[in-house]
Amino acid sequence: MFKNKSTRLVAVLSALALIVAACGDGGGGGDFEAGELGAVTVEAGEAIQIRSLQVISGPDATLGIPEERAVRLAVADYGQIHGHDVEVGTGLDDLCSADGGQAAAQTIVADDQVVGVIGTSCSGAATAAMPLISEDGMVMISGSNTSPALTSDLAGTAGSDYHDGYYRTAHNDLIQGAAAATFMYEELGLTEVALIHDGDPYTQGLTTAFQNAFEELGGTITVHTSIPKGTTDAAPVLTEVAGTNPQGVFMPIFIAEATAIAQQKGNVSGLEDVTFMGADGILSPAFIEEVPESADFYFSGPDLRFGENTNEATDVNAEEFLAAYEAEHNEAPTAPFWAHAYDATTLLLTAIENVAVVDGDVLHIDRQALRDELNSVSGFSGIIGTLNCDEFGDCGAAAITVIQNTDNVYANATENVVFSYVPEG
Amino acid sequence: MLPRQVVSNTTETTASARRFRFNWVDSFLWFIRVAAIITIVVGLTGTIQNFIAGEGPTVTQWRDLFVSSISTGAMYGLVALGYSMVYGVLGFINFAHGEVFMSGIMVGWVAATLLFQYGLWDANPFFSLAVVLVIAMITSTLIAVLTEKVAYRPLRGAPRLIPLITSIGVSFFLQYAFAGLFGVGLQTYPSPPGILGRDINILGVPIEGTKLLVIVVAILAMIALWYFVTRTKTGRAMRAVAEDKEIAGLMGINVDRTIIMTFAVGGAMAGVGGLLWALLFRNVQFITGFLPGIKAFTAAVLGGIGNLPGAMLGGVLLGLFEGMGPLLVLDGLGIPAVSQLKDAVAFSALILVLVFRPSGLLGERLGSEERA
Repeated sequence: MFKNKSTRLVAVLSALALIVAACGDGGGGGDFEAGELGAVTVEAGEAIQIRSLQVISGPDATLGIPEERAVRLAVADYGQIHGHDVEVGTGLDDLCSADGGQAAAQTIVADDQVVGVIGTSCSGAATAAMPLISEDGMVMISGSNTSPALTSDLAGTAGSDYHDGYYRTAHNDLIQGAAAATFMYEELGLTEVALIHDGDPYTQGLTTAFQNAFEELGGTITVHTSIPKGTTDAAPVLTEVAGTNPQGVFMPIFIAEATAIAQQKGNVSGLEDVTFMGADGILSPAFIEEVPESADFYFSGPDLRFGENTNEATDVNAEEFLAAYEAEHNEAPTAPFWAHAYDATTLLLTAIENVAVVDGDVLHIDRQALRDELNSVSGFSGIIGTLNCDEFGDCGAAAITVIQNTDNVYANATENVVFSYVPEG
Repeated sequence: MLPRQVVSNTTETTASARRFRFNWVDSFLWFIRVAAIITIVVGLTGTIQNFIAGEGPTVTQWRDLFVSSISTGAMYGLVALGYSMVYGVLGFINFAHGEVFMSGIMVGWVAATLLFQYGLWDANPFFSLAVVLVIAMITSTLIAVLTEKVAYRPLRGAPRLIPLITSIGVSFFLQYAFAGLFGVGLQTYPSPPGILGRDINILGVPIEGTKLLVIVVAILAMIALWYFVTRTKTGRAMRAVAEDKEIAGLMGINVDRTIIMTFAVGGAMAGVGGLLWALLFRNVQFITGFLPGIKAFTAAVLGGIGNLPGAMLGGVLLGLFEGMGPLLVLDGLGIPAVSQLKDAVAFSALILVLVFRPSGLLGERLGSEERA
């Protein structure tokens, strides 16, 4: 076809020139100029890409499945952004583990069109996912991560796992730890409490926060031990705990291990009169209804009395959301964090809408501008309450409540609020 | 010639290196042995001092922990038998045995739930447990036999590494087949019938009914297996095949049938273990077989793989080590939050036993020719 080398060179050069011209047209049209983290350009007729990364398999799926469904409902309620659809794609699985979070984050960052992620469900997954997401300029908003390490100590120092671009609508566990400690010390009058975590950053962060708050109040921690994930024989850990004669046990762990403890605590002498308290990881029908031995357990968690709170972006309140959820999935949500995931999604979509630069049918979303927008969120009304983001990404409403399970009916337990806690200041 | 020179040189150096390294490894092993004994003695002393000072678990709590550790160990022992028998006959580790164990618990759960719904679970507890036992045994036996027919028989002549890798594949296949059939959540057995919840006095020591039943069932199963292997014709055939497949074949033993029998008996024992699991822990999930499988394999090695009383002994000891070890030894050393080291203690115990007795507690040293 080409007679000599120079003709071939000219052909290659002109092909290259065409490609460069084509790229230039797409990226640099109008007055838009991408910031230091780059920008996502959504072409005419294409959808804005966001992702859902929750735990949707394994024993902790009861936590993540309602969150993923809430993300999809929020996207549907929100509608188009400047004439573009929003696409969530296939729901990704964080497996509630560091491995799962990292693998899913690799899938996400491989696609340059992704603007942001709603996830993860578990703090342990977020610590592994966030370095990749942050490095790639994306944002991630979690509805149920609560580990203090992921944001800050609430006094201006970033946590060890904080990365730019991370936000959450769930509370910081420093608040939950203080709430649980205050409840056990002041309301129940317990002075000697044992702590059980499972090695996960969420559970360990919460027991540590509890210990600090409880000791500051004047209480004593008899033992701060652990039941590793996957443990079925709880007798050794319960004997260790019983050997220290605690009046109460605070165990902010997950369902499988909590089930083992609840079922086997009756076989260990010395635990008959001990008060047991869990946290939001087991605040689920899968524990409260399926495990009869969970009767009388206390649970700390987010304030679930949403009342008439309305999400300002979609005009949906809790009652309307639950009706839509049950109509679509024929069951009530299995964990309380659907509302947080819903608000997180609308927060992301609102921020995208605010920073998007419209260029004819094309949309430019600057990644740095999106982070700045989220960092400056203030007074956003969501189903869970009013959201204000601090500089380390804590956006959640801070109220914590303690409930008690008296009759193994989940709906009754969540209504049975015995203590409310709002941090000072 | 040059090549010969090179050869003789290498032989000389390796010989001297071997002599040197042998001494070094030997003294290192002695160091580990002494260090282990000192650690254990110091830990025990510390715990006893704590106990005298009135800290830590009470006598009742120690006793309960001892009983529950023994019963967990007895359950490990029954599963370990399957690993040991297959190793004795075919010379490879069947890593899918943990899933054979899980399948029995899972299908047994369906039976238990139905019995509970019809009120039989509480009205006629021993009959109900017998039904669950039979169903768990049948399921595990069927799965074990099917695995052998489908996955291992076509590989009979292949090097031993190949069925080993295949067994890991079978293990994943079974796990996710059960995840598909039963879902990924926890399935919970109804709580043990009331009569088992009570304490029963044995020589003046009250022992929880469930745990006592577990220990008794494990002992009975072990006696039945012992009778089967030593006193029946099939059992004798099994031992002959374990000794030498080819010669056994020449003597008129149907080798394929005997191997199937081995898998079936191992599966049945795993089924009994499944009932014990259900009594002790009540929860089952598709990955339930994994960790107990690894533990039972450890128990089989601990007792001397290929040796049946060894597997049982290894199971009971492993249960004791992992249940009591953290509190008994590590707590005395002043280590905080010891129960999270349960699994670490179990596997360290294996290493220590192998350092002292490389062939396992009751194992015999086998020449490489016999195992080839």
